[in-house]
Amino acid sequence: MGDILDIIAIRHLNKSFGDVKAVNDLSFQVKKGELFAFLGVNGAGKSTTIAMICGQLRKDSGSVKVNGIETDQQNAQIKRMLGVVFQDSVLDKPLTVKENLKSRAALYGVTGKAFEKRLGELVELLGFGDYLNRPTGKLSGGQRRRIDIARALLHRPKILILDEPTTGLDPQTRLVIWEVIEKLRKTEGMTVFLTTHYMEEAANVDNIVILDKGRLVVEGSPLELKNQYVQDTIFLYGVSEEEVKKLNRKYKEIQGGFQLKVKNTEEATKLIITHPDIFRDYEVVKGGMDDVFLAVTGRDLGGDH
Amino acid sequence: MRSVFALMSRNRKLFFKDKGMLFSAMITPVILIVLYATFLAKIYRDSFLSAIPKMIEISDKLIDGAVACQLAASLLSVSCVTVTFCVNLTMVQDRANGTRKDFNISPISKSKIYLSYFLSTVLNSMMVNGIALLLCLGYVYKMGWYMNAADIVFIVWDEILLVLFGSTLSSIIIYPLTTQGQLSAVGTIVSAGYGFICGAYMPISNFGSGLRKILSYFPSTYGTSLVKNHMLGGIYREMARKDLPDQVIDAFKEALDCRLKFHGNVVYVNEMIFIMVGSIAVLGLVYFLLIRLTEKAQ
Repeated sequence: MGDILDIIAIRHLNKSFGDVKAVNDLSFQVKKGELFAFLGVNGAGKSTTIAMICGQLRKDSGSVKVNGIETDQQNAQIKRMLGVVFQDSVLDKPLTVKENLKSRAALYGVTGKAFEKRLGELVELLGFGDYLNRPTGKLSGGQRRRIDIARALLHRPKILILDEPTTGLDPQTRLVIWEVIEKLRKTEGMTVFLTTHYMEEAANVDNIVILDKGRLVVEGSPLELKNQYVQDTIFLYGVSEEEVKKLNRKYKEIQGGFQLKVKNTEEATKLIITHPDIFRDYEVVKGGMDDVFLAVTGRDLGGDH
Repeated sequence: MRSVFALMSRNRKLFFKDKGMLFSAMITPVILIVLYATFLAKIYRDSFLSAIPKMIEISDKLIDGAVACQLAASLLSVSCVTVTFCVNLTMVQDRANGTRKDFNISPISKSKIYLSYFLSTVLNSMMVNGIALLLCLGYVYKMGWYMNAADIVFIVWDEILLVLFGSTLSSIIIYPLTTQGQLSAVGTIVSAGYGFICGAYMPISNFGSGLRKILSYFPSTYGTSLVKNHMLGGIYREMARKDLPDQVIDAFKEALDCRLKFHGNVVYVNEMIFIMVGSIAVLGLVYFLLIRLTEKAQ
């Protein structure tokens, strides 16, 4: 049974396409207000799972609950709780930003003055007032992404699903998108469910699920995963090789010093305390999410890290 | 219904902003105009003149009016159907470019989405064909005007029937398409082929008896004939006023597909209307069932 705080609860979910098992006995939950990352290489089953959460695809077996409601029972009610930003923009390129948003808002019954009010709020939140009357086909990638997010927020969803929202965007626009996501979480208590190829983005989330071949391989907070799956690295500077050998650790020579791997920060601390004469100039760096992903799936995520 | 109206408005804007779609909608009428301008008008004029007994005097205005009405009726009857195919392509484009994913994640029902495609196809096609009708009436007025108000009302009614027929037919044919390639193929086939099988490029009376028999089973044949009957009604009345024998007028009607036969029996205008209404109802039902069954299976 899922916790009352679980806004998404998935239990023993299965989905096959012919002989291909796209989702295999998948179970996980997302808590209300959480920033949640769903990771996996292409074909891992992320999009299939999202399609089942959105009620676009029927499951073979198992349970998918959104806010306590089974997705195949109250489909329309669930759709009102979800805002989805697709990987590729699905807005009508010949139509202006306002025309696009107006037609999509009407799908949720947001029309007339209610639409104008919501549009004003979104313009303020996302800052797209300057190009409200420009065709979306003539917007830059970053501008279009803002409109995609505005479209997903038109009906004030409880959960915002972002499928690789920052792929292909310049660093400045990525920063703006992340600021908006943070603002939404803080001001509207929105749950954010995202997939991303940028591992540094996944490092800032509350919880992560990593999928591989339709199966959950690991879940937890970034810190838990890093502690569990990757080693810390000590960079030691201004020492001779003879001094490093005294530590009885495997080491690697790097520019201006040496690099040592330790199990965790606790072990690093012990080493430093034991050999204060050697640790004069050093830094301890935790393993990154890239290393976690590599450790648990045995492969690279393939994005621009 | 507000969401349906919003989608209809969106579909209308997309159609009229897409120059390619508008252009492809106009291909068939343009082919027809070129055919008439190059040789068909002369052939009809000559055949009219040869069919009139020598002792009967017929004015050039009547002959020109008859040729113009023949062109206008053919053009309207073919464009009413082919334009619906072009307008309805929004349905395929939405699938091909992923827009349907966006509709599908919203709480609007699929039947409302398809209803909006259908209604916008009807309305957009009526707009395009309404303009075409005005241009055709202007042309007929210049060449030789014999129509009365009732004729025009009936022609508008015929246009509505043909557009509804085209909208239901195109909805069924276009419904399973998912890619731009399939879309182009269907567009090309319909644009090139429909004019022939409905008797717009060449009257069905000119075809062999076997083909005539096959075409007599197609509702489109009667749709085209309806427009021709109402467009040329004034011409026939004028011929009768000029004391042309009924046999000569009937021969004209047969030559121009205004008097069609089904298994040897003449099909009258009221029966043609009945055939069109029945076809629209049957095709509409097929489309409805198609949506219900396929969407339920997904």
